[in-house]
Amino acid sequence: MSQPNRLTQGGRIDRRQPLSFTFNGQAYQGYAGDTLASALLANGVDIVNRSFKYSRPRGVVAAGAEEPNAIVQLGSTEAAQVPNVRATQQALFDGLTARSTNGWPSVQRDLMGLVGKLGGQFMPPGFYYKTFMAPASLWMTYEKYIRKSAGLGRSPAEADPDIYDHLHRHCDVLVIGAGPAGLAAALAAARSGARVILADEQEELGGSLLDSRELLDDEPAGEWVAAAVAELAGRDNVTLLPRTTANGYHDHNFVTLHERCTEHLGEVAPRVTGRRQVRSRMHRVRAGRVVLATGAHERPLVYAGNDVPGNLLAGAVSTYIRRYGVVPGHKLVLSTSNDHGYRAALDWQEAGREVVAIADARPSPDGEWVEQARARGIRIIPGSAVIEARGESRVNAARVAKIDLDGFRVAGAAETLTCDTIASSGGYSPVIHLASHTGARPTWNDDILGFVPTLVKGVSAAGGAQGVYATAEVLADGVEAGSRAASEAGFAAASVSLPQVAARRDGAAVALYQVPHEKPTLRAPKQFVDLQNDVTAAGIELATREGFESIEHVKRYTAMGFGTDQGKLGNINGMAIAARCLGRSIPEVGTTVFRPNYTPVTFGAIVGRHCRELFDPERYTAMHQWHVEHGAEFEDVGQWKRPWYFPKTVNGKIETMHEAVARECLAVREAVGILDASTLGKIDIQGPDAREFLGRVYTNKWAKLAPGRVRYGLMCKDDGMVFDDGTTSCLGENHFLMTTTTGGAATVLEWLELWHQTEWPELEVYFNSVTDHWATMTITGPEARKLLAEVTDMDLDKESFKFMDWREGVVAGVPARVFRISFTGELAFEINVQANYALHVWETLFAHGEKYGLTPYGTETMHVLRAEKGFIIAGQDTDGSVTPEDLGMHWAIGYDKPFSWIGQRALSRPDTARTDRKQLVGLKPKDPKVVLEEGAQIVFDPKHAIPMPMVGHVTSSYYSPTLDSGFALAVVKGGQQKMGETVYLPMADGQVHEAEIVSPIFLDPKGERQNV
Amino acid sequence: MFYIHCPYCGEHREEEEFHPKGQAHIARPEDPDACSDEAWGDYLFFRDNPRGIHHELWVHAVGCRKFFNVTRNTVTYEILETYKMGEQPTVTAEHPEGRPSRDAADQGTLHEGVRA
Repeated sequence: MSQPNRLTQGGRIDRRQPLSFTFNGQAYQGYAGDTLASALLANGVDIVNRSFKYSRPRGVVAAGAEEPNAIVQLGSTEAAQVPNVRATQQALFDGLTARSTNGWPSVQRDLMGLVGKLGGQFMPPGFYYKTFMAPASLWMTYEKYIRKSAGLGRSPAEADPDIYDHLHRHCDVLVIGAGPAGLAAALAAARSGARVILADEQEELGGSLLDSRELLDDEPAGEWVAAAVAELAGRDNVTLLPRTTANGYHDHNFVTLHERCTEHLGEVAPRVTGRRQVRSRMHRVRAGRVVLATGAHERPLVYAGNDVPGNLLAGAVSTYIRRYGVVPGHKLVLSTSNDHGYRAALDWQEAGREVVAIADARPSPDGEWVEQARARGIRIIPGSAVIEARGESRVNAARVAKIDLDGFRVAGAAETLTCDTIASSGGYSPVIHLASHTGARPTWNDDILGFVPTLVKGVSAAGGAQGVYATAEVLADGVEAGSRAASEAGFAAASVSLPQVAARRDGAAVALYQVPHEKPTLRAPKQFVDLQNDVTAAGIELATREGFESIEHVKRYTAMGFGTDQGKLGNINGMAIAARCLGRSIPEVGTTVFRPNYTPVTFGAIVGRHCRELFDPERYTAMHQWHVEHGAEFEDVGQWKRPWYFPKTVNGKIETMHEAVARECLAVREAVGILDASTLGKIDIQGPDAREFLGRVYTNKWAKLAPGRVRYGLMCKDDGMVFDDGTTSCLGENHFLMTTTTGGAATVLEWLELWHQTEWPELEVYFNSVTDHWATMTITGPEARKLLAEVTDMDLDKESFKFMDWREGVVAGVPARVFRISFTGELAFEINVQANYALHVWETLFAHGEKYGLTPYGTETMHVLRAEKGFIIAGQDTDGSVTPEDLGMHWAIGYDKPFSWIGQRALSRPDTARTDRKQLVGLKPKDPKVVLEEGAQIVFDPKHAIPMPMVGHVTSSYYSPTLDSGFALAVVKGGQQKMGETVYLPMADGQVHEAEIVSPIFLDPKGERQNV
Repeated sequence: MFYIHCPYCGEHREEEEFHPKGQAHIARPEDPDACSDEAWGDYLFFRDNPRGIHHELWVHAVGCRKFFNVTRNTVTYEILETYKMGEQPTVTAEHPEGRPSRDAADQGTLHEGVRA
């Protein structure tokens, strides 16, 4: 297959290794060493995309990360789809399959092209919002089609077959960018002995030296690069990371490096000896010092028609010729404001193709490259610029005219030059994105006509990244930065001898951003500033006219610098245009903030191995395997897997949750049930001041709790609001065991430590989590005592082992603590044993329990049983705005304790002491078949005009098999004084439920069942 | 992500090991019952939100479980010092370059705070 634009020699590609690929269904060939972009240009593919908003045809503009147009979707199968890949950064591999991201239904002739053409003049910034605003209800419909036709790439609909890794790294010096500055900095730092990481986003290390015209020590620059890379690779203290983008700079020199390990090999990572290789890695680097050697991006000039395919950056033209052996056209017109741009014309001519003319904005250019061009007979038109590119799917002519820079006007008649390529250069912008991620605003430097980074502690910049562009100076700057970084990290400086670079005399550049047109900007053909987001010079001018004066507002109104582009090519031009329109200078207008990521990062790399079963740690109790084997359905409670309910198979049918819970509830109320309660938090508290400490953190009294006794405690924050509860047992005079809610275990321990360490360090008390050490099983129901008696010699007599007692003994041959406490309202024993004995004890109970109807139950049944008794769950029936009084727990408040315990003072603040606060009550639906929705809002008057005053909400609601009715706990304003009154619950579907306010204790209000 | 020096462990560790606990040096009034409602409200709810130097309470939650103080610049996010409970900062808004010693700091204006 022919590659019409490929040179027969030159470049860093391997012509012996042809590679096949397809783009938009068409088969092409390129060579090893190509990027997708260089291969497309070699094949003469002009249109690579349709633009985002106007759907105009677009071609390749740049050769690196700054490419705004050539954004493609990779993947031959659904699972391998990758969106948002820049063709300029994707190495070609055999079989690569790519499609244009934009351009539904096809890139050559698409539907929206019509809108773009017809509506083009009428699509100012804010067009979609202004046009499709009314009626608002239809916006969702409009948006669907607008999005589809705009296209932003799409995610795969199937699971990713690849694996990704995270690596945590430390180094003394991290050098970002391996061009001349980065290589020199890395050499200097490495020779001093510092641990160095050198990361570069390209396929090959070397940066601008890979396509340089310059000689280093009289050799092509590539030779010096090879020697430098070889030395670095040979050092133990250096880690080289090619194909690695520093995508984010975070606090305290924490840098995320995204290494693409196999994306140059195939669309799915290959297998090596049967094992799937890692597709990409996220290196999370904590660096002692960071050297930003990120170089600079060339700025395009903004002129009419500058988006037609065939308009390229001057530097990119050189890169394609010198690095890839590709000349992206036949007849070139160059428009430049500086000497650097001339390189494209010299390279173009050397490639054997015609340079039609150079339009130089300077009245009398005289640098060395200018002289070379003149000597070769290239026509130079001083004081001029390309004011308009002509053509539709490819440039066919350039209109060049004299321009008046100061007056921003065309100063002479335009000449139309036939050509197929226009290269432009408006100078360079340092790549300051990483330095900006810290939030530090960059500073404008008039000497280089660009922003230079403002650096935080521990970071330096070298070379192009701070506006140093001459190769010899860049190398020296790199050595300086590398040595300084190493010495700041504590390493003695080492000498680095730099290669000789022939000095070149460059003429001064002029400031040129937007090129004037004969027509005013608002009437001239479109002059694009941000090609990816289709932002034009007219759009920015209009924004400033509509009153958007801050550059941050202009950005948001026009979308300049948004999305994956992050303003790499367009931002400075856009600011310059805003500055011109507002009559200010660029530094007065200022910059917008660049944000991570520098280029898009695949979600796989962000997630690493933290997915599927490794997404979050899972905690299992000692009896977990038994639950699995007995068919439990599980519920996540924090990280714990708790049995939710145990469905049985009845007559060949598996019970529903409703059926299983009804059966489990009745078993507890009528026989005996067993719950795995191991997940409740357990904190061992010891020390001579343990008792005093408890008195300060709980609302109730602890001074007289004797060893062998247990007490329920309520914990508040100092604002008087309940935040956790549980029982605490006195194990010895100075020794207590506190239980917490399952979810609150870690929080409560930290809370206790907070008060001990910061307020009461004089108290001698020690806290330790023993949650995992002890397993807990609750047997509860009328038959519980008989069952327990079969497996223990302990005295279970109701007089000697009373409710709220605990005893030490042996259960099923294992040392145990047995607590007579109840969360069901039934007779209950909570058996605690060392966790590694727990399964044995559990199974022994079942061996004896069958005759009593021992039934395992899960968290759902536990919830129903406790709610029937009005027992709260902190965090479900409370939400951080509920006091102990609101809960009706006056009995658990020790107002007369000597120490002002946490929360006490706040209870007498006027708002906390109000009697019309939302208070916990029971709700009995008028229709017993109704189970109210948890979270449902409560009103007193359903006929009240909307918005109705909402007076509370349902916190817990279940069906009770014992009551054969729905029932609920709720908080209602002043509810404790409204017993027997009716409230209403209007639902989203229009139904209004009626319910009666009742006591939250639905069953056995005197507590007789647990006291048997 | 911060890189935090735990003054008890004597090592820099990743932020993932720590929990922030709000403004440092907020002492609970000795006698809450002697506080007016307004004074108690101030203690409960009102915190500083300075631009620049700020003192924060952190805990080495999955490390040594100790609470300690951090002086941090809220603009640059630079951590200027970390110090143990009961100590006073040397770097303050009044002395951004730091005072000669914590002993001197103890005589300073930030005397309220943790009692130990």
